[in-house]
Amino acid sequence: MSEKPSRLILGPFNRVEGDLEVRLDIAGDHVEGARVTSPLYRGFEAMLVGRPAADALTYAPRICGICSVSQSVAAARALAGVRPAGLERRLPPANGQHAINLVHAVENIADHITHFYLFFMPDFARATYAGEPWHEAAAGRFTALKGSAATQILPARAGLMNMMGVLAGKWPHTLSIQPGGSTRAITRAEQARLRLMLAGFRSFCENTLFAAPLEAVAAISSREALYDWAQGRGGDFAHFLKIAQRLDLARSGVTRLRHIAFGAYAGGDGPLFPRGMFDAGIGAAGPLPIGAITEDVSHAWYAGEGGAPRHAAPTPDMSNPDAYSWCKAPRLGGNVAEVGALSRQLVAGHPLLRDYVARDGASVEARVVARVIEVALVVMAMEHWIAAIDPAAPFQDTRPRLDTGDAMGLTEAARGSLGHWLRLDGGRISHYQIIAPTTWNFSPRDAQGVPGPLEQALVGAPIRAGETEPVSVQHIVRSFDPCMVCTVH
Amino acid sequence: MTYPAGTPTRPLRLIWLQSGGCGGCTLSLLGQQEPDLVTALRAAHVEVLWHPSLSEATGAEARAILDAAADGTQPVDILCLEGSVIHGPNGTGGFHLMAGTGRPMRDMIGAIAAHATHIIAVGSCAAFGGITAGGGNAVEAGGLAYNGTRAGGLLGAGFRARGGLPVINIAGCPIHPGWFVDTILQLAGGTLSAADLDEWERPLAYTSQLVHHGCARNEYYEFKASAEELGDLGCMMENLGCKGTQARADCNTRAWNGSGSCLTGGYPCINCTAPGFEEPGHSFSATPKISGIPIGLPTDMPKAWFVALASLSKAATPRRLKENAARPTPAILPRDRRKEGA
Ligand code: SF4
Ligand code: SF4
Repeated sequence: MSEKPSRLILGPFNRVEGDLEVRLDIAGDHVEGARVTSPLYRGFEAMLVGRPAADALTYAPRICGICSVSQSVAAARALAGVRPAGLERRLPPANGQHAINLVHAVENIADHITHFYLFFMPDFARATYAGEPWHEAAAGRFTALKGSAATQILPARAGLMNMMGVLAGKWPHTLSIQPGGSTRAITRAEQARLRLMLAGFRSFCENTLFAAPLEAVAAISSREALYDWAQGRGGDFAHFLKIAQRLDLARSGVTRLRHIAFGAYAGGDGPLFPRGMFDAGIGAAGPLPIGAITEDVSHAWYAGEGGAPRHAAPTPDMSNPDAYSWCKAPRLGGNVAEVGALSRQLVAGHPLLRDYVARDGASVEARVVARVIEVALVVMAMEHWIAAIDPAAPFQDTRPRLDTGDAMGLTEAARGSLGHWLRLDGGRISHYQIIAPTTWNFSPRDAQGVPGPLEQALVGAPIRAGETEPVSVQHIVRSFDPCMVCTVH
Repeated sequence: MTYPAGTPTRPLRLIWLQSGGCGGCTLSLLGQQEPDLVTALRAAHVEVLWHPSLSEATGAEARAILDAAADGTQPVDILCLEGSVIHGPNGTGGFHLMAGTGRPMRDMIGAIAAHATHIIAVGSCAAFGGITAGGGNAVEAGGLAYNGTRAGGLLGAGFRARGGLPVINIAGCPIHPGWFVDTILQLAGGTLSAADLDEWERPLAYTSQLVHHGCARNEYYEFKASAEELGDLGCMMENLGCKGTQARADCNTRAWNGSGSCLTGGYPCINCTAPGFEEPGHSFSATPKISGIPIGLPTDMPKAWFVALASLSKAATPRRLKENAARPTPAILPRDRRKEGA
């Protein structure tokens, strides 16, 4: 192709959850600028206003079918947070916490492997790579719906999800997660059965995904050590690493932003993965100023003021000529921030991911590695939570709660930080705002004209000769594991 | 179009679209077990031309497939829609523009539907509007053949797909994977007729029974031994809004995720397979009552009889059920009286 278009519109952008359009400005053989559009608006925030408080637990999970439990956890925490000023938050009993952690972990882990096998890896089977020496093996293994991985991953995923049948009754859209704990008490026999189900999934991980014990994978502490580990090893993770090295994905889709995490999997001694902020520009971690979170709607289809989610509630309006998305632009103290598994592990101080980012910044490879490493870390934690359940003790605290007041509920979905901010008046919802992980990552420009994380990551993406759907762009977009239905909600 | 039972002569070409929904029906479908989804699709001779979450084709390649289906040059045997059709704001369809085209998604749905042999509304959103139509329905969400309980929808009342059937409404929020797989296997075998659908065109394969059937709490129901809080063991009809006696689905006889259901999970059935479930007119997990008697009693039972029987059975409730109903774990277990001291 001699005269390349200076504009490229990509959409429908598939193998992401929900609807996405990406507009690229092209200069020669690379991307010069990007605008990311979320083209679907449903209006959950407005829908919730006026409803009885508990209805949030029926509506919120239905924001998203891929991370419905994360939405439940955020809503339940927000409802539980409505309390008189100065009074301690009433934590659910330990059993309830373990049960919620397990339900949440099953969903997050299922998300990670769904993303890896069904959404991300099929791009390596694309015809544009036909000339690469590794292509034939990748295509045989990962071609969408037809590769040999599909009929292995689906039963393993479904087997893991069977834990939901015991712990939560039904997934997605369970109602088992409540402000005071979990509605489902677990018996000794069920505790044993959960252990068996998880053992089945561990064995899938150790045979098929890693070809190694989880403990060995979790302990890898530098990029060099990871590459050495992958040398000559079978398993799909090593397969990915070998392709990623050939394509230099550790230097693709790079950002050097603030990474934030709201804290994941609550426990008596604090969350498994802590709350905090990590500045990839300077390589330092610190506390997260939640109060500095705002949303900007200068380039989104809304009327009214943005601002702190506790107060602001912009309404849909397609008349803003600068707008190009239904996604708002969340900012932390006015700055762009990235969220996700990589951000969680950077905040938590995982040496492997800190090493990745110290060398080349946050990249396609680092984001995927963080996600896959997290599978190992979380499965090991789940074994402890199952063991810690005491079937004789309560699973929830059902004492009545306050019906007037403000609160927020913060958690981590697979793809990053999720927050709900609400106000109750006399038992009814009078204000509800949601900031989802992909709202951070796929945010449009803000009033200062600063692009969001994906828009920044796409700048410089190479375009191979003749490509109309640049494969580098496919990798970069999917490396964020976006969920577009959450983004706008 | 019919095929000799069980042996379609060529693969059934399926296109799956998503609009105003949450993707939960696709994610639920991925949980198909024994065998897995890919094997189930093969067994039904279904070839997926395009699915937004599962296909290789993206962007222009995907648009080419959909455009060919929309102008009839690419035959489509089964069109699935997940999520509601979005008509707002003000009837423009602007709340969901199809990515890469700048045109309302409902136009693409309607264009492919005009040529498809069979059409499946996957989930309550695509069937009736669903949750997306909740809270006053500011986005003007509707279904393919219904808007709530009103016939019409995007395709109009009385619509028939090329193959002669109305839109098949696999309602549910989300669907159970088995409901979908049953349906496509029957389509592939040529055995699904209008007689296999109920009054909302839902497959009788899963709506010929009530959620109440097979509920582990039926013994409590019989004696009106009621749960007081979510998570208690008793029947949830009296206090916690359970609609299992009206809801049509096989949730308690066909397990979710291996062994579960809403009821085994410790929370009520909210009748998610029915049009309008999103606006019950009361809190989902509370039972509205008039002078202590729940409104919304079992639909096929005269109220006076229900009240009379309930007071009778309440008087006869065994101690075991009375004690256990309002607790999350049983205090009294069944015992064999032949054992001394029992
Ligand atoms: S809880 Fe609901 S489904 Fe179960 S017995 Fe009671 S009314 Fe029937
Ligand atoms: S039990 Fe009721 S609410 Fe739950 S999935 Fe079945 S029909 Fe829907």
